[in-house]
This record gives sequence, structure tokens and C-alpha cells, in this order.
Amino acid sequence: MKFSYYPGCTLRTKAKELDRWARSSALALGAELCEVEDWQCCGGVYVSARDEIATKLSSVRALMSARDKGQPLVTVCSACHNVIKQTNHAMQTDKEFADKVNLYMSQDKEKREPYHGETQVYHYLELLRDVIGFDKVREAVKNPLTGKKVAAYYGCLLLRPGSVMGFDDVENPRIMEDFIRALGAEPVIYPMRNECCGGYMATEDPALAAKKSGAVSESAAGHGADVIVTACPLCKYNLVKNQSPVPVVYFTELLAEALGVKEDTHAE
Amino acid sequence: MQNKKSENLKEQVLRMSGVNPSKCMRCGKCSGTCPSYDEMEYHPHQFVYMVENGDIETLMKSDSVYKCLSCFACVDRCPRGVEPAKLVEALRLCVIRQKGKNHMTADDIPAVLDDEMPQQALVSAMRKYSK
Repeated sequence: MKFSYYPGCTLRTKAKELDRWARSSALALGAELCEVEDWQCCGGVYVSARDEIATKLSSVRALMSARDKGQPLVTVCSACHNVIKQTNHAMQTDKEFADKVNLYMSQDKEKREPYHGETQVYHYLELLRDVIGFDKVREAVKNPLTGKKVAAYYGCLLLRPGSVMGFDDVENPRIMEDFIRALGAEPVIYPMRNECCGGYMATEDPALAAKKSGAVSESAAGHGADVIVTACPLCKYNLVKNQSPVPVVYFTELLAEALGVKEDTHAE
Repeated sequence: MQNKKSENLKEQVLRMSGVNPSKCMRCGKCSGTCPSYDEMEYHPHQFVYMVENGDIETLMKSDSVYKCLSCFACVDRCPRGVEPAKLVEALRLCVIRQKGKNHMTADDIPAVLDDEMPQQALVSAMRKYSK
């Protein structure tokens, strides 16, 4: 099955591991991720003000491109996912916003039908859970990560706002733990798994980012984690930069390792 | 409500954010869950009642508008669905949309950059702090 795929700016640069193993693992699971042509950066954060139009057009272009191909749109980066999902929701529910966006879009060189949020948006984890199925992932595992204690770090962007993201229970999520179990590893539940790492405060106030990300990694390590997994390049940066006592890797790296698509597998 | 200017600003903030501050029951859960609480002069619950009282310019002058992480914890944990983060966002935009009022510019970036910092951090910061 083919899916439109939106990698985003960071997956082409600092987070190549997140992108590379997402693509090869998907292929091993029978899903082909077809990169949206000429995608533009999502902007990293969704601006909630209803009169912000121009900052959301890049997301709408990607959503329209998937709609025109008749494919769902798959994202991997937590930030891209949050921005695109929230933009899609606004296109479905806020008529005045959608009308203004479509007016802008009618000025694009390429003429397309007006858009009203028709595209189904999946985060890669949702693709695994809802389309492929964790049971199929489990069957495809060649190198089960037996005995590995893995702490899922959700952060904010995958879950909130819950009414829009519809990803999982915002306070007691389980999708990443179910993913970890499917790979044969043992999930570690810890209190800070859905708290903020400090995000873009790494630029404005690095001390605050250090405090927030330190609390997350210490909470995970204190509950016995061998490794922390994330879907967000900025979460990973903040945790690693601020001396996480345990390694931090992208969830797609573990997936590729378990599926045996990683050339130099680190499976023990 | 002191004057026409603050009346206009309040109306603008309410329209941009879509928030109805009068739904707030003053439980303080937004501030209790805010990861930036210690760094803020005015806290999320204060944003809500100060906007309700039309005290917009005081908030616009405070650095608190730049401390929100957009983590949406206050939005999902508010028992009344008030969505304080959307008020902070609207207030910040009221400041940075003014000429010459960007909080961060491209010239500020080299000083904060290191080799590992992801593009995501920079585009997010510029989107939040600059117009």
C-alpha cells in the first residue's frame, strides 16, 4: 500500500536516522512511503491564533497533494505531525479560516480543488497501530529486543491538544508501550513521559530547557530504563544536550533493529 | 476597562484566541501544571483573569509572553476548557506583530546555535518570537 509521506526539514538534516529507518522499516512491513513532491517546512510549531493564515499554507499544500493522489498522509516527526494535524482540523472545523486559506491557495501556480480537510493524517506510530497492526509488526520481528527496558517519551506534541490529535489517552497513553512490546522489549512506565522537554526554549532560555529535559531523563533512568525512545528531534536534542543518564534514540531505530533492516544491528 | 485602547486590545485577543475567560473557575490547575511557571512573572491563571479584566497592556509588557512552551498542558488539563495557552499566544502576537517588536531575529541565532541543534528548534523559535 502506498502513502504520501511528509519528512520535514529536520529529518533531512539532523535527524536522518529518524527518516531513514522509518522508510526502510515501512517497506519491510509492506507500506511504501512516497515523499510529497516539493514539500515545504511546516514551521515547527502550530500558531493557535485563528487569524494566522500564511504560516499554515505549507501544511495545507502537503495535505492537498496527498488528497489529489488519494493517499493518506504519513508523518514521523512529532512537530510536523502536530502542525499538520492541527491545520487539517482547522480546515475541517473553521469555515472562515478555510475560506481564507483556499483564497490564498487559488493564487498558487498549480490550480487545485479547494481543500476542506479531506486527507487522513497518520503519525507513523498510528500507521503501525491502526493500518498495519502491532500483531503484524510482532510477526515481522527478526531480532526481538528481549530484556531491553525501553522508556517511551511522548512529550507534548504527539498527544496535545488531545481533542484534535486523537492520538491516544493524553494522560495515560499506551501506543508507544504497545509498540515496544511488539518489538519484544519491555516498556518502562515513568511519571514524566508526557511532560515537556523545554522545546524551543533551547534558544530563548537554555537553563529552562536543561531543567525540564533533565527531569524527564532522570525520571526514566530512575525507573530502570536502558534507553529512551522519542519521535521528536527537539526532544532528543534537549535530552542528550542536558546529559541524559541513558541513551536517547528514535523509535524507528529500534524498529529497524528488531525488523533486521539495519545493516549493523546492535541487538544483543 | 479604562479606555478605548484596552477595550480594543481585549476584543482583539478574545477574537484571535477564541477563548472565553469567563468560563474560568479559578482552580489554578493551568499554573500548577505549567512547565514554565517558575520563569513567569504572570502565570497562566493570571493571564486568564487579567485578560478578562482588560489588563492587556500589562501582559504585553511582560517577558512572560515569551516563556510559554506551547506544550498545551494547561489546555488539556483545564477542567473548564478555557485554553490559557491560546491567550498567551494571542498576547505574544499582539506584541511581535508591531513594527520593530520582534523578540528574536536571524542575527540572534548564531549566538545560540551549536552543531547538534535541530532545524526544528530554530524554525519553532522564529515562528514564536518573530514576524
